[in-house]
Amino acid sequence: MVGEHSARVHEEPVSFWRRYIFSTDHKVIGIQYYLTAMAMALVGGTLAMLIRLQLGWPEAKWPLLAKIFPRGMSGGVMNPDFYLALITMHGTLMIFFVISLGLVSGFGNYLLPLHIGARDMAFPFLNMLSYWTVVPACVIILASFFVEGGAAASGWTAYPPLSAVEQAVPGSGLGQTLWLLGMALFIASFTMGGLNFVTTILNERTRGMSMMRLPLFIWTLLIASILGLLAFPPLTAAAILLLFDRHGGTSFFLPSGLYFGERVLPHSGGSPLLWQHLFWFLGHPEVYVLILPALGIALDLLPPFTRKPIFGYRLTVYSLFAIGVLSMIVWGHHMFVSGMNPYVGEFFAIGTLAITIPSAIIGFNLIASLWGARLQLRTPALFALGAIAFFGTGGLGGIFLGNATSDIQLHDTYFVVGHFHFMIGGVTLLALFGGTYYWFPKMFGRMMSERLGKLHFWLTFLSFYAVFLTQHFLGLGGMPRRYYAFSKFEFLAPIRDMNAFISIAAFVLGAAQLIFLVNFFWSLFRGARAEQNPWRATTLEWVAPTPPPHGNWGETVPEVHRWPYDYSVPGAPEDFTPQTVPPTVVTVTQ
Amino acid sequence: MKKPYAVETQPGRALWEVRLLGDLSGPPSEDGRRNGFNGPPERREGFPVPSARLGLWIFLGTVTMLFAGFTSAYLVRQAGPDWQPLPRPPILWVNTGVLLLSSVLLEIGRRRSASVHRWASGATALGVLFLLGQLLAWRALRAQGIYLPTNPHSSFFYILTGVHGAHVLGGVIALLSLLVLMWRGASEDRVCRRLALCATYWHFVGGLWLYLLLVLFLF
Repeated sequence: MVGEHSARVHEEPVSFWRRYIFSTDHKVIGIQYYLTAMAMALVGGTLAMLIRLQLGWPEAKWPLLAKIFPRGMSGGVMNPDFYLALITMHGTLMIFFVISLGLVSGFGNYLLPLHIGARDMAFPFLNMLSYWTVVPACVIILASFFVEGGAAASGWTAYPPLSAVEQAVPGSGLGQTLWLLGMALFIASFTMGGLNFVTTILNERTRGMSMMRLPLFIWTLLIASILGLLAFPPLTAAAILLLFDRHGGTSFFLPSGLYFGERVLPHSGGSPLLWQHLFWFLGHPEVYVLILPALGIALDLLPPFTRKPIFGYRLTVYSLFAIGVLSMIVWGHHMFVSGMNPYVGEFFAIGTLAITIPSAIIGFNLIASLWGARLQLRTPALFALGAIAFFGTGGLGGIFLGNATSDIQLHDTYFVVGHFHFMIGGVTLLALFGGTYYWFPKMFGRMMSERLGKLHFWLTFLSFYAVFLTQHFLGLGGMPRRYYAFSKFEFLAPIRDMNAFISIAAFVLGAAQLIFLVNFFWSLFRGARAEQNPWRATTLEWVAPTPPPHGNWGETVPEVHRWPYDYSVPGAPEDFTPQTVPPTVVTVTQ
Repeated sequence: MKKPYAVETQPGRALWEVRLLGDLSGPPSEDGRRNGFNGPPERREGFPVPSARLGLWIFLGTVTMLFAGFTSAYLVRQAGPDWQPLPRPPILWVNTGVLLLSSVLLEIGRRRSASVHRWASGATALGVLFLLGQLLAWRALRAQGIYLPTNPHSSFFYILTGVHGAHVLGGVIALLSLLVLMWRGASEDRVCRRLALCATYWHFVGGLWLYLLLVLFLF
């Protein structure tokens, strides 16, 4: 052990492998997660473009694509099985491997210790293990495209019997097994990560960083991690049972009398609804696992650009708790049409409407934070404002879907697709981008281009509305989701052509992301050098050197004296007062 | 003389608190190592529970939720028309006794620092014996022609005992690593903390087994 007064020794690894590949440094792991999510987003986004190509022009032939996907697009026309695999994998990749990895694990790992004044996560080795568990998960999930029968095709919800009977559709074979395997590894990794997050937040805060001085992003990470830890294990249980239904001959989810290929299956007595309950017991909290950290980033991005404190810090924290508790008991609103007892439906509907109250409180706190602001419309601020807009738009749709009465009409239509894309697609995506523009200077020591950033924002924001707001109207017109083509339905004839418009808007949306990629990699090498605190912000990560060294803080960890939102304090020498400024210099407001 | 492995009350802390949260003879991570960084300990805000113990409790929470998921599936499936109760393999009682005795041995070891390695070895051996006993229970059922897909109760029996067995196996591996730590002569303080973590986990899987027995055969 090193003596009492000697300097802290940082065991910084020197070899390339221990430093950049099998690193236990939370910053390296955070960036690894972020880049992995970016790669998976490229795949997930390409799948979305293919889906839109099919929906926009269902009868058209694409000879060029036939060369790239000889099986899925044989003869240039998309094969229905391929379409089902596309929507399944688009959902799976985006929800679990892009938003969860990028937003929660990526930004979470990079920022958590920096935000709370720690030197690393509580369990750095577990952290490394968690990343290297998710890498094989990504490889397995992607590999499923290339096996016999193609990737899983039972939707991201993997409802049996499509997911349980191997001969149901081509994707129900090896593709579905690989899907389950990849998800199992993902869940194991996410559990390790969540455990690390909760322990670190509770136990590794620096001196003076009381819970009520945590930045709101850390609060959202805490609630999201707890939700993930409680909600993922029951899905693991369900996945184990499903695996035995597939390969062990058991009948947990399979009823009797199923026919496939002129053969009666031996299963009997199982209930496909049981899977739906277990799945949505995870599935609903999971959307909060994704959206809460996104809201946390939006909340934390506002004060540096409004130059005033966030509105309603305490109420936001209490609302987060309320959302956390309520989100565990509202899963049934995904199953209103499954023939549940109306009283049970009533319970879930009331719970769902109750959850709009804390959600609306957070939304209004975001809007109220703009009151009297000296708004500086830099790129991160634009993305934070865009996230508020999406949250409001998506939230309004949610009220219709949470009500059993209106949901029975809207269930499984494009109204639902539009709604959840605004929430777990839009709010999270804008937070992910906003966070990138905001923390890029800290992560890589360079600024991203403002000009390209603003172009990226406006193209993304407008085309996103064009795609997903329009889909709400298609849903009101009764257009069902997951269908391969709508050419045979007469009642959809008046609105069918809107799909071409949506597809063009979707291509603009996809192309706009290329601007982001160019900006990201160009700025990485050519961007202007960043100062230590370019946004003149108050939180701890801006006190650390740029980019932060191994161990983050050098000799001594910072001591915290105030909450993270001391902007424009009367009498302070500057319009921002970092959390480390002692009360003798500037009075503590909170 | 202070017994290093004993559970003692500490100033300002009730005995149940010490039992629940662990033997805390100072602030978390008093040995000065934190996250791989050497040097004098840094003062931090935090709960008066070492991170390792907090992490273990959270992990046990997720395992609890895993089995809660299985339980809800079990209760739903039990209401199905094709449910046939399984004959209980008599060896399960022996296995239960073995696992509980193992927990007792570990607790005795925690109170006798001089011979702790013998008690811990005994507990580990009994853990292995429990796993072998569970395999015998599977064999007994197979001998009666009851397999995994035979009926939903047998499916649940094989899967729940299998998943529980995997958790016991994890505990055995943790106990073995503890024995290695003792054998290599690690500091008493370190062994003591590791032993406390192992014991918590081990009692948990023991309690979990009692719960599963209750669900599988008494409901």
